[in-house]
Amino acid sequence: MPAVTETREQIEKLGQSSYKWGFETDIEMDIAPKGLNEDTIRLISARKEEPEWLLEWRLAAFRAWLSMKEPQWAKVAYPPIDYQDVHYYAAPKKQPGPKSLDEVDPELLKTYAKLGIPLHEQAILAGVEPEEGAEERLPVAVDAVFDSVSVATTFRETLSKAGVIFCPISEAVRDYPDLVRQYLGSVVPAGDNFFAALNSAVFTDGSFVFVPKGVRCPMELSTYFRINARNTGQFERTLIIVEDGASVSYLEGCTAPMRDENQLHAAVVELVAMQDASIKYSTVQNWYPGDENGKGGIYNFVTKRGACRGARSRISWTQVETGSAITWKYPSCILQGEGSVGEFYSVAVTNNHQQADTGTKMIHLGRNTRSTIIAKTISAGKSDSTYRGLVRMMPKASGARNFTQCDSLLIGDQCGAHTVPYIENRNMSARVEHEATTSRISEDQLFYCRSRGLSEEDAVGLIVNGFCREVLKELPMEFAVEAQKLLQISLEGSVG
Amino acid sequence: MSDFLKISGLHASIETDGGAKEILRGVDMTIPAGELHVVMGPNGCGKSTLAYALAGREDYEITSGSVAFKGKDLLELEPDERAAAGIFLAFQAPVELPGVNNANFLRTAVNAVRRARGEPEMDAVAFLKAVRAATKSLSMSDEMLKRNVNVGFSGGEKKRNEVLQMTLLQPSFAVLDETDSGLDVDALRIVADGVNRLRGPEFSALVITHHKRLLDYLSPDRIHVMANGRIVHSGGPELAEKIDQEGYAAFLADAA
Repeated sequence: MPAVTETREQIEKLGQSSYKWGFETDIEMDIAPKGLNEDTIRLISARKEEPEWLLEWRLAAFRAWLSMKEPQWAKVAYPPIDYQDVHYYAAPKKQPGPKSLDEVDPELLKTYAKLGIPLHEQAILAGVEPEEGAEERLPVAVDAVFDSVSVATTFRETLSKAGVIFCPISEAVRDYPDLVRQYLGSVVPAGDNFFAALNSAVFTDGSFVFVPKGVRCPMELSTYFRINARNTGQFERTLIIVEDGASVSYLEGCTAPMRDENQLHAAVVELVAMQDASIKYSTVQNWYPGDENGKGGIYNFVTKRGACRGARSRISWTQVETGSAITWKYPSCILQGEGSVGEFYSVAVTNNHQQADTGTKMIHLGRNTRSTIIAKTISAGKSDSTYRGLVRMMPKASGARNFTQCDSLLIGDQCGAHTVPYIENRNMSARVEHEATTSRISEDQLFYCRSRGLSEEDAVGLIVNGFCREVLKELPMEFAVEAQKLLQISLEGSVG
Repeated sequence: MSDFLKISGLHASIETDGGAKEILRGVDMTIPAGELHVVMGPNGCGKSTLAYALAGREDYEITSGSVAFKGKDLLELEPDERAAAGIFLAFQAPVELPGVNNANFLRTAVNAVRRARGEPEMDAVAFLKAVRAATKSLSMSDEMLKRNVNVGFSGGEKKRNEVLQMTLLQPSFAVLDETDSGLDVDALRIVADGVNRLRGPEFSALVITHHKRLLDYLSPDRIHVMANGRIVHSGGPELAEKIDQEGYAAFLADAA
């Protein structure tokens, strides 16, 4: 049995058992009744002790959402979602989990080991419960290699010394209300699209980052994130603000298969880069993709957008998408500041019955703005993958330039790959270039690798990683290695 | 050990638009340990098919016959298992692997084979040392290690890269499929040196070539003439001289 199947079964088992045990106790305290109406939103806002303005903002989003229709233009098919059959608020209190790694299923740990994930992080991912008396926020088994509570504290100190704010967005609402109020919804308005409006109405938590003028964030926020941010829920909201001349690198997600009971995910990420600021936002997404027959799996409807507000600002999106049954995601850049730069590097892998419709939008408003799009799509099994991208040169975008390259790799003869580029140019001096290729993993390449001693799966992994190299090299170093292994694991069993 | 490699009655065909086409029609050949044999023959006689069949390429269907390698049934093994068992094929047209770093590819291959042979894997330092020594002996620049496998390589560089792989993988049986074609005389000598360095009582090779020139550097033990999917004549090294002067006509008459 390929490891990926085993993993899925483990995850499924964990998912089911947690569902069975999770919500039977103390229902009224922990969970809102199913369904979405103004009362649900008032309840969420009240539970989170939010200020009045935020409640009003949520309600406005909800009213906008009511008048909107679910988008149908993406090349994905799924049964209609009953939005009234979803719990929109559940306290992050969990059922008892395993007490230490010894109690975690060895098969799951094997997958973690394959990915090279450190022991203390494995514990978090597997949902190991803290021993009594351990700090609530960081449920790490005390028998782990080192005490990550202290590590996390060190991170916090380093960051606050530099003046960087990095906290859950619910904390930011409480502690930095002016900043949140100024920027929340300023890039993705509450009524931007169906899923963004839904998120704005019911988001429960997410991350908030503020890097003040002239500060280079002293560390990759990834490290911290991986240890801290979990159970942020299905409607995650992230807001990152980087002031003049400041910079940050942020990594979202994790290469390890996360246990997750929620099928519908609709996150919103907003980035704001001021003059000479730079934001590097990397995503590795490996949520449960459903089983080999396309049963189950996460629906991932995400709105991600960055605003390059200041001159010479730069926003770079890098994503490796291997999970989820359905991915609907277009990390975008609004290039307003003169000479600002937007980049999008993407690898999307689909296998079995997965469907992905993903790409980017580069909106060039300012003079001499530049954008680069490198999208690599790999389809295997019976999956279907679409690159959908928009490059729009507005009338004032003199001298703006875009370069787009979309490459699709097919494995097997039952999958599909599609490229849908939209180009709108309203400025004669702007230049747009688009290149696209579609190819198969050739028998020649496979045989060549195998005749040198590589197993079939190692050969596929090597060829696929080579195909994605331009994108993978954009990932922060520590994750590039994991991402390479992840690509290979995602495609296990796809050849032969 | 006389039956180091023994090919008996090997038939192989390939699927074409017009149905299965038989290319090997009963190849018999025995290569003792430590010997270097040569296969010569006109274009389309099945030389490359024989090479692929030995390395395990799937689109060639073995319809009958057997290949025993060191007492094992070679045809039962997957291509990577054959590599681990000590078989190496130097490709006539080495394949490009875009985005795959050459050094990384070599190290992955070397360690895959070492693992399968129950030998310890080479760490980065040991590998670097080994690969530097090998490139030096092949007059290759280290710069080729940083490039992607065969991408943008000249014909000569590709062939040398094959010999580099062979040197590092340390096979006990190497098949060289027209490794000499398109090489200038200096490159030819380097390739021959690469093969000669491996020669010993536990190493055998099958060299497929059209030209006598490479053989001048290799001192082969035996020459086989292939025509129409069969070995039609075998003889000592002097046979190469005869073919060089007279062509294949005499053998083709026999094969018909």
